[in-house]
Amino acid sequence: MTDPTDNAHLAFANHTGDDRPDPLAGARVAVTGGTSGLGLALVRELLGRGARVAFVARTRSRVGQVAREHAGAHGIAGDVSRKEEIYPIAVQIVGELGGLDVLVNNASDLGPVPLALLSDTECEDFERALDTNLLGPFRLTKALMGALTASAREGRGAVVLNISSDAAVNAYPLWGAYGASKAALHHLSRVWGEEHAADGVTFLSLDPGDMDTPMHAAAVPDADPSTLKRPEQSARELADAVADALRRRADFVAPPAAALALEGGVV
Amino acid sequence: MIAAAHPVQRPPRAKLLVVDARRRIGHAPRSAFVRFLRRGDLVVANDAATMPASLSGTHAATGAAVEVRLAGRPSLGPEDVGRFSAVVFGAGDFRTRTEDRPAPPALAAGDRLALGPLRATVERTLGHPRLVSLAFEGPPDEVWAGLASHGRPIQYAHVRVPLALWDVWTRIAGPPVAFEPPSAGFTLDWRALAAMREAGVEFATITHAAGISSTGDDELDRLLPFDEPYRIPASTARAVSRARERGGRVVAVGTTVVRALEDAAAGGGLVRPGEGLATGRIGAGTRLRVVDAILSGTHEPGTSHYELLRAFLDDATLRRTSAELDARGYLTHEFGDSVLIERATELAA
Repeated sequence: MTDPTDNAHLAFANHTGDDRPDPLAGARVAVTGGTSGLGLALVRELLGRGARVAFVARTRSRVGQVAREHAGAHGIAGDVSRKEEIYPIAVQIVGELGGLDVLVNNASDLGPVPLALLSDTECEDFERALDTNLLGPFRLTKALMGALTASAREGRGAVVLNISSDAAVNAYPLWGAYGASKAALHHLSRVWGEEHAADGVTFLSLDPGDMDTPMHAAAVPDADPSTLKRPEQSARELADAVADALRRRADFVAPPAAALALEGGVV
Repeated sequence: MIAAAHPVQRPPRAKLLVVDARRRIGHAPRSAFVRFLRRGDLVVANDAATMPASLSGTHAATGAAVEVRLAGRPSLGPEDVGRFSAVVFGAGDFRTRTEDRPAPPALAAGDRLALGPLRATVERTLGHPRLVSLAFEGPPDEVWAGLASHGRPIQYAHVRVPLALWDVWTRIAGPPVAFEPPSAGFTLDWRALAAMREAGVEFATITHAAGISSTGDDELDRLLPFDEPYRIPASTARAVSRARERGGRVVAVGTTVVRALEDAAAGGGLVRPGEGLATGRIGAGTRLRVVDAILSGTHEPGTSHYELLRAFLDDATLRRTSAELDARGYLTHEFGDSVLIERATELAA
């Protein structure tokens, strides 16, 4: 798993054996697209590490099934690509968890399936990819920023993980709609990271690699699964990256507070 | 004052009336409010998001249409959504003024209400025929899902378009525990918070379940505000102590913040972190222990919000303030203009 641009601001140290407590234990985490592929693997990984997890997905029956199979997980039926569903989703995430420390924007749309050359791509397919991969994460993150910054002020740390792709930086033919939407999401992460660094919110934009998931099968039906990464492996690496960011941010002290404490009796 | 009818949180022409500690009155664009803060001040806001607390439905026994406005619950706990206090209206919605709304059918213990996907039972009335304790069926996640899909923000006839949650969530909105928006926080956006940081002003939050502001019934309105649960993070309690030590002012954004911080300091001394239940009324006789200044909406005499301002200012200055608000065309209610009032020094301890 790599940062698609190796951008220093977003880069993270690989997690290598750390005997401190896992900051994911007790963390309140929301995962979109949480009923299949990488999202489901993330839900399982996070629950296994003691996190309190809410997951979002479109199909109500599938949400109910995954919630029943994973005790303690909060299942939320909703479509992050639809503007009018964002606040109802946010109400349930923060209502049910009581707050939010980590948001994982994982839900993704390939655009045209089968994949198509850009000049063959229907506008509606491109729009759906942008709604799901770019505007959905923008709207949901914005709605949840109050909860995330509150966690940062309380010393719990706050992390937004946006699932990126090597298609965000490489010009792969047939991956135009998906790649363009992921490139924009990556840039959104960078700007947001700059704007909220002082509030204690860390933005990660990470490429989980080519995985053996339903989405990859839809994109590349004849791929040999044995050449692909297991989503459980990517989920573990991503969770490690979030844990590292939480650890760094748990030490976060708002700059003015620190500065003022040193200066003392001003006014 | 004229009601602000457009659901815009930060209208470019929003006004701010400022009363300083020497009772001098001034006026400024509200967007410039950070200029009135000083290095070392602490601004405390309520980060409660607004719950979609208006639920339309039917009274099962009579088939009559009702609107239920959730108004209180015992705690802020995420799972504590099985029981609410609620005000019940008859047929209609926000487009009719609350005082003109028809009454609901007579409500009795055991009555069942169908509220979209939610099912609730009246447990008892709470000292008024329209104020009831409601028990929802189902586990907490189902109640949250029902509120999210069927509930609408509580609103009043002065705003004519139906409100969506994005109209009433402040920029800093976190836990959805307020029954009406903590609207003083509409003033704040991320740019304003960055400007505070650059000016050496500290920022902290509490979470307070702001209740409903009006029922349209004088007898019920006299019971407002209902008891309101709140939570003060340890980091916020520490920030108050730091501000005190360095001689900075504690500036509350909204009446709910005053209520929470003063309740948490009622035992004497510093603000106690953790959960509490604000039961007291703040008014002319209240000695403020924590809060030095308040940024608030404009309030008409006779409301509980106006009463709270009497803890900051003598009545003569408050009357002058009201006259200025009227004379200069300030707008009132949740999307209206604002006041920034510093506690008069003569009244300070």
